[in-house]
Amino acid sequence: MSIAEFFSMGGYGFYVWGSYAACALAIAAEIVLVRARLSAARRVAGGREPSQ
Amino acid sequence: MNWFRFASPASFYPLAARLTPWFGGAAAVFAAAGLYLGLIAAPTDAQQGESYRIIFVHVATAWMSMFIYLVMAFWCAMSLMFNARLAAMMAQALAPTGALFTALALITGALWGKPTWGTYWAWDARMTSELILLFLYFGYMALRQAIDEPRRADRASALLALVGAVNVPIIYFSVKWWNTLHQGASVSLTSAPTMAAVMLAGMLLMALAAWFYSIAIALTRVRAIILERERHAGWAGEVALAAKAAR
Amino acid sequence: MTAVEAEAQAPSPPGAWHGVAWAMRRDLRLALRSKAELGVQLLFYVMVVALVPLGVGPDPALLRALGPGVLWIAALLASLLALPRLFAMDFADGTLEQMALSPYPLPALISGKIAAHWLATGLPLVAASPLLGLQFGLGRDELTVLALGLLLGTPTLSLMGAVGAALTLGLRNGALLALLVLPLYVPVLIFGAGAVDTVRTGLGATAELSLLAAALMASLVGATLAAAAAVRMALD
Repeated sequence: MSIAEFFSMGGYGFYVWGSYAACALAIAAEIVLVRARLSAARRVAGGREPSQ
Repeated sequence: MNWFRFASPASFYPLAARLTPWFGGAAAVFAAAGLYLGLIAAPTDAQQGESYRIIFVHVATAWMSMFIYLVMAFWCAMSLMFNARLAAMMAQALAPTGALFTALALITGALWGKPTWGTYWAWDARMTSELILLFLYFGYMALRQAIDEPRRADRASALLALVGAVNVPIIYFSVKWWNTLHQGASVSLTSAPTMAAVMLAGMLLMALAAWFYSIAIALTRVRAIILERERHAGWAGEVALAAKAAR
Repeated sequence: MTAVEAEAQAPSPPGAWHGVAWAMRRDLRLALRSKAELGVQLLFYVMVVALVPLGVGPDPALLRALGPGVLWIAALLASLLALPRLFAMDFADGTLEQMALSPYPLPALISGKIAAHWLATGLPLVAASPLLGLQFGLGRDELTVLALGLLLGTPTLSLMGAVGAALTLGLRNGALLALLVLPLYVPVLIFGAGAVDTVRTGLGATAELSLLAAALMASLVGATLAAAAAVRMALD
């Protein structure tokens, strides 16, 4: 496949790339949020922040 | 080695911290391989053209959505049988990821449905069951959230998850029956293209990637949960400060 | 007297069936005192059913097609509405705690409560359904299967709903109970409404009704035990 064909996915680009993008976005968001949660928990447990 | 040593949150925490990068790394490797096979190596399908490539993420997310529910139910059963806090925390850590994969399975399924069968949502048996599974995940998380007292939250949500697990096959069977009743003869909405070996390999690699990712993210989330719930215990402060110092 | 003689003279612990009967009589007596509340719940059923033609138009063919589903869904919602009253008052005034501590097995007492609850809130729906079915143009066979299905299904709804009610005891969010319980209701809805559709095509609905009966048998045991466990969790 050429690059152009790769991106257009036979005209189905929206559906194929939409799916992969949704998954990538969701997973990236989850990673960011969970790591933030862990950092916050560490700060609270370490006494650097008052607990909620 | 005495594995039960790790049943306490305090001793499990450092183990989880050590294991996470390995699972995360494995997930990345499997994902890279799977994406290569799925997006580049696998040939174009005769009937569905390029749109079938969605299957590589759709199948992985759908399998994980169901598998995580089973694992969650397993930990819930452990928490009730052994009155184990850590088992309940593990279930608590798995639920959001399971819900996420369920939502992704629904989204990718809809995006696959439109080019293939002309409609985003067709109320077929698998997608409808997947939707109900999402409700079951939300129910578990909502119940946990609504109960203030942690022990009651653990036990009540564990019971709910088990009741849900028992009902999932019944619900699936009834939805399948409902679908055949109202559809009569016709298009099987679950037909996938006949599989070349490359396609199967791609699906398997993506599924493995999703599995190892789930483990890594659940181990991370459970560490946060452990610290949140055990923060008044002495070891929590030390571990938190030590982790900061090591960075 | 010796320990053996004392043991022989001690009254035997109350049997489970006594517990069921006692709880059922008590709850029925209490339910009959608040007839207005029960009437409102039945009225809710009738009104929700009446809303549907107002929402989709009075076309007889459309209503006939929707009828079984509507009547079942409305029954589900009415059932849901009545659930909190199963445990709420007893929980609030400490009676539930007394029941948990009593020598009667808790599952037995709870099954008695659920039986009374169904008689007061489920059975009226079954009785009203043929009349409401006429409003949707359902024929005699369809009405029979509808009523039979509801007769088998509404106790199952009460039983599974009891698990949800026990899990959410003391929590204020009413919608949470619906979120927990509605997925569990799905099979009953499918087979109950499906039974009427099957009869409509001329085939018998034995399969669906048998499945509903099986679900009832299974929940009689499973849901009672789960509800008892959940009540204990709330009381601890």
